Amino acid sequence: MKKIGVFICHCGVNIKDTVDVEYLTEKLADYKGVEHIENYMFMCSDPGQNLVKEAIQENKLDGVVIAACSPTLHESTFQNAIEEIGINKYQLEIANIREQCSWVHTSREEATRKAELIIKTAIEKLRLNQSLEPVTAPLTKRVLVIGGGIAGIQAALDIADGGYEVVLVEKKPSIGGHMIQLSETFPTLDCSQCILTPKMVQVGKHKNIKLYVNSQVAAVDGFAGNFTVTINRKAQYVDPDKCTLCGDCTDSCPVVTPCEYDEGLAWRRAIYVPFPQAIPATFTIDTENCLGFEPIACGECKKACEPGAINYDAKPQTFEEKIGAIIVATGYDLYPVENMAEYGYGKYPDVLNGLQFERILSATGPTGGEMLRPSDGKVPKEIVFVQCSGSRDPERHLSHCSRICCMYTLKHAKLYKHKVPDGQPYIFYIDIRSGGKRYDEFIQQAVSEDGVVYIRGKVAKIYQEGDKMIVHGMDTLTGKKMEICADMVVLAQGIVPSEGVHELVKTLKLGVDDVGFLIEAHPKLRPLESLQSGFYIAGAAQGPKDIPDTVSQASGAAAKILALFSHDEIYHEPIIAIVDEDKCSGCGICIGTCPYGARVLENGVAMVNDILCEGCGACISACPSGAAQQKNLTDQQINSMIKVILG
Amino acid sequence: MNAFEPKIVCFLCKWCTYAGADLAGTSRIKYPPNGVVIKTMCSSRIDPEHILYAFQQGSDGVFIGGCHPGDCHYQTGNYKTQRRVLLLKRMLKQMGINPERLKLEWISASEGNKFANTMIDFTEKIRNMGPVPKLSGKEDK
Repeated sequence: MKKIGVFICHCGVNIKDTVDVEYLTEKLADYKGVEHIENYMFMCSDPGQNLVKEAIQENKLDGVVIAACSPTLHESTFQNAIEEIGINKYQLEIANIREQCSWVHTSREEATRKAELIIKTAIEKLRLNQSLEPVTAPLTKRVLVIGGGIAGIQAALDIADGGYEVVLVEKKPSIGGHMIQLSETFPTLDCSQCILTPKMVQVGKHKNIKLYVNSQVAAVDGFAGNFTVTINRKAQYVDPDKCTLCGDCTDSCPVVTPCEYDEGLAWRRAIYVPFPQAIPATFTIDTENCLGFEPIACGECKKACEPGAINYDAKPQTFEEKIGAIIVATGYDLYPVENMAEYGYGKYPDVLNGLQFERILSATGPTGGEMLRPSDGKVPKEIVFVQCSGSRDPERHLSHCSRICCMYTLKHAKLYKHKVPDGQPYIFYIDIRSGGKRYDEFIQQAVSEDGVVYIRGKVAKIYQEGDKMIVHGMDTLTGKKMEICADMVVLAQGIVPSEGVHELVKTLKLGVDDVGFLIEAHPKLRPLESLQSGFYIAGAAQGPKDIPDTVSQASGAAAKILALFSHDEIYHEPIIAIVDEDKCSGCGICIGTCPYGARVLENGVAMVNDILCEGCGACISACPSGAAQQKNLTDQQINSMIKVILG
Repeated sequence: MNAFEPKIVCFLCKWCTYAGADLAGTSRIKYPPNGVVIKTMCSSRIDPEHILYAFQQGSDGVFIGGCHPGDCHYQTGNYKTQRRVLLLKRMLKQMGINPERLKLEWISASEGNKFANTMIDFTEKIRNMGPVPKLSGKEDK
């Protein structure tokens, strides 16, 4: 039988005043399995720990119960202490007789009686504890980054610079994400392209980064440290190695279609470069709008291409990559304005969303950076900006705050004022949220120097009269109805997860909230990783975020992975499920209860994947045949604890 | 003074309710000492058989504490617990045990007060109900 040592701490007077430690020391000395028992003033102190260690060595103890404060405080202290003298750390149990006994009960007699029961449960559990070693598995030191916006770019560069290979998958023809569409960024008014383009070029050239554009992750098999990822890439009709970017193909293409980069405010051809700084810098054929080449309906681009870079026979390709950790950085999209008929978006050309206005402000945009409105090319003299368009409206639209709109709307108003000094921007707002560094100063400056007018209230309706947009709203500070004749309206649309994330999270088996944003492992203490081991989160895929926060999170996720890669194997707590193969009937009930996909049927037995199992125990209590058990918290252990409590 | 002191087995999940019970301690909030705690990683580890075993061994009440809906450290463990508890309550009735003797409550790590109040109320309730009957099928009041 296991020789157990029991060490009761006085915690100064914290325990001793309420619990009769001398009585317990005497009484429990005869308890089954107890070889040694003593009490001491501060068991966690150095002399206290030495006393435990010496007692173990003198009495050849197999395990110890420390009756003291909550295990959250000193469980690891004592685990380390006993490991120093060669005792497995799982041969230690803490009896929590302070937080859950001496501090919450007043009667000395009752508290002592309860402390006795608590210590006995710890002894009963320890009696059946096994010595365990951390679960280990080999580690493939390669990272998959999904999404090539600023989050994905930053994470990929940090990991690649750390010396590990990165596979970056982007569904669009170029990396850059939404940030490359922006004109200038708040609160410093840096040109977005000036700060992002060098990073994009680095990604394109980095020897440790393998870039797949026009590609999507089709499947992820395996587990943390050892994923096999299947990537589907659309047919590459233009060979990027042969393409010289001369542009002859585009000039010959007869198709015109709205340009995504310019948010539909300009046109492009069916063979095109998404934008001048695109990475990879090559042409792409948009097969949805191309007249077609099965059979060849037009063929003009191929005829025009002197280097012979165009191949109509190219086929979609599937790639397989071995990966150790995955960063999901799929970003955001704007809440579909089609859902908001009251604002007339789509019906009136001068009602724009925030990203469209960015393009009008941008020097590379459809107007070359001149402030001209889409309908007739006139300079707008009055612009109404509508904040919280679709956000913070739980009854009809999104309930969440999209977090960046207050700041970017103000930036819009400010940049507009710089371009049209005699123009007047009005901003309808519910609240101003300017919590970032130097954000509030940015707002104060805009109000005092740029004459931005803030109106607190919501816009009810927008309609056209002549060449003016009539904006009806309510000023909730004065209680009066407002009507503004504007030349243009800009809607700060709410932010939602990017299109296609829904399918992706199903493939990856990740958790999302009711809007579809990825759920982090802990909202405060583990915001960079998913609950699913091996998956990390960066950027607006987790929730609306500005650029500084996105970059911080991306670098943070990269650092987490670099820390993981500093070991040669991955480690995992061994308090997990275990299966008695002889008892398992292969019914598979456990498979459905496991949120981690850790239970799998193999030859009629529901096995446990040790690396994936997080040790919740849901499958164990679901097992009808008692084949599954939790290591060091078996049914037998639980029942013996119950018995001793009621004894 | 009532001579009967109920015995209560408490299963607390490590992440929320156990931490809530610790907070009651650090806040020095007093509650009756009748419940003794068994810590599990998640409330979903608790097998209905453990609860039945506790009643069979003479537990006058069984308390289960888990994370609030949506807060489960293991995503959905608390929902599984709730389903099991609801089903088991029906079964308890058939076995002659008042289903009120089994209580499930969501208590977060920040709800030390709620933990103490729950212990006060539940202990008092069980005290009024009297000792758990032997599993005989006779009506429990």
